[in-house]
Amino acid sequence: MDWQALTLSYKLAFCTLLVLLPTGILISRALAYGQFHGRSFALACIALPLVLPPTVLGFYLLSAFSEQAFIGHWFHQFTGGPLAFSFTGLVCASVIFNLPFAILPMQRAFASIATDIREAAWCCGLSHWHTFLRIELPLAWPGIVAALILVFAHTLGEFGVVLMIGGNIPGETRTAAIAIYDYMQVLNDTAAGRLSALLLACAFISIIFINLLNPRFMNHDHQRNN
Amino acid sequence: MTTSATTDYLSIDVRQPGPIPLNVQLSCARNELLVLVGPSGSGKTTLLRSIAGLHQARHAYVRCAGAVWSDGQNNIHCPTQHRRIGFVFQHYALFPHLSVRGNIALACGDVPEQQRQQQVQDMLRLVNLEGLEERIPSQLSGGQQQRVALARALARNPAVLLLDEPFSAVDQVTRRKLRRELALLRQKLNIPIILVTHDLDEAHMLADRMCILHDGTLLQTGTPDTVLVKPANALVARLVDLGNLFAGEIVRHDAEKKFTYLRWGNMELECALQKEFAVGATVDWVIPPENIILHRRDRPSKGEHENPVSGVIEQSIALGENTSIVMHADRQRGILSFTVPTHVARRNNLARGEAITVSLLATAIHLMPKR
Repeated sequence: MDWQALTLSYKLAFCTLLVLLPTGILISRALAYGQFHGRSFALACIALPLVLPPTVLGFYLLSAFSEQAFIGHWFHQFTGGPLAFSFTGLVCASVIFNLPFAILPMQRAFASIATDIREAAWCCGLSHWHTFLRIELPLAWPGIVAALILVFAHTLGEFGVVLMIGGNIPGETRTAAIAIYDYMQVLNDTAAGRLSALLLACAFISIIFINLLNPRFMNHDHQRNN
Repeated sequence: MTTSATTDYLSIDVRQPGPIPLNVQLSCARNELLVLVGPSGSGKTTLLRSIAGLHQARHAYVRCAGAVWSDGQNNIHCPTQHRRIGFVFQHYALFPHLSVRGNIALACGDVPEQQRQQQVQDMLRLVNLEGLEERIPSQLSGGQQQRVALARALARNPAVLLLDEPFSAVDQVTRRKLRRELALLRQKLNIPIILVTHDLDEAHMLADRMCILHDGTLLQTGTPDTVLVKPANALVARLVDLGNLFAGEIVRHDAEKKFTYLRWGNMELECALQKEFAVGATVDWVIPPENIILHRRDRPSKGEHENPVSGVIEQSIALGENTSIVMHADRQRGILSFTVPTHVARRNNLARGEAITVSLLATAIHLMPKR
């Protein structure tokens, strides 16, 4: 078993979650409640990775992360290292291609909280911050958790973008999905099979978790609609 | 406290051109229960939300208990959180993830835990919900949810209680019960209550004053008896569902007999003297159905000389204890509707096509300026 690749995959997934939990909540809440110019454009940008071929997304990210581009150059000046073909670059790419998986379910969770529930909280004297903490967050939580599970599972399995941005550097960018591809290239079916089975189990457990959360989530919707 | 401070405990002046046009000025006394009535889209809920600060009208002035909550001219808009309001939403808007206790405790503000729990218990006692503290909203009936919403609204010790169609989501029996409870509860409260409703019976039962709203404009304010019997104009009469609305012409005034004579079709009706209407003026007039008296065929009486109108029954529908009669008045070509007890309808054989005569009580004919 290629534990190094597997550990890297999990490390990447956890780092992605760590970034996407606060930013996802922030962006999805703004999209759910905010009425601002460019909202549709922002939604389209966020959903783009869903329909864009991973290689296309990977190509553009690689271009942006290269030292000739503004972002890559800035990162190099700031840290002294490259953004492309590094673990940090991989996390950045992972955050971007996971945006729709994090934000869309979270946005739906926030949007399904009836307006009068939030207004009732204000009428009870709760500030906007306390309304968020005590009313919105607990009610949106099943949606948020479902989003995080989706992101986790998706990161573990992502191949195209990871290969484009990270290449195949053991211990740095060689994730489990890349390792499986590598094993297949050298006809090591046993190692590829083990790792695949592990990722399959992980995906399966993720779906079960989401399904377990969904009835609770749907139940909240139902109560509000009533 | 001065008289004006008592009657103007809550002052509201809300004006906006759209999206829901509003032009409403009203005030409310400390213990008053004001009912806002009007069709959908008339601006009732928007007005209530303006008071609560949930809606910011173009020009709004709201003052309650001496504190200015909104003043568009001076750019004052006190956030909802800082207004001492209790708001009961149409569908209650209870927090589904919190227990009854949690819902009420959340509105108690920053008080020590022991005091908070005491306050919750007091509120539950006030709305007769003791024993249900640990249930969550989905485990409560509609009536119980409404009571929790009311307890939560009162937990803040509000300066005004705002109720947005609070009885619309419950069945008829529960609605009657809740109305009774509100009538009892208000005796214990020393704050103005503003209630929005579509239900005229509810308004009649609960209101100290009724405000009729239409297209964002206040058409009439007054006691339910005044508004429902003496509407300001034909539009109010229609909005409060008064049938028997007709047009006529003032023929003359007789100060001695204390009558104003009104031409309706080709007959002259005697009405109570209403000199404010000029002779020759075209007016709208209305008569409440309970003031249309059926002439008994078997036993004619003295009162039958008062504005007798003959016609043919077009509809006779038994509705439980009462029967609704729709009569076509021959000479006036008007439709009169009224109800009689069902046993009277049976005894007098009030069936479709039967000829009948009724009297329109002169004192009950209410004249209104033509719009």
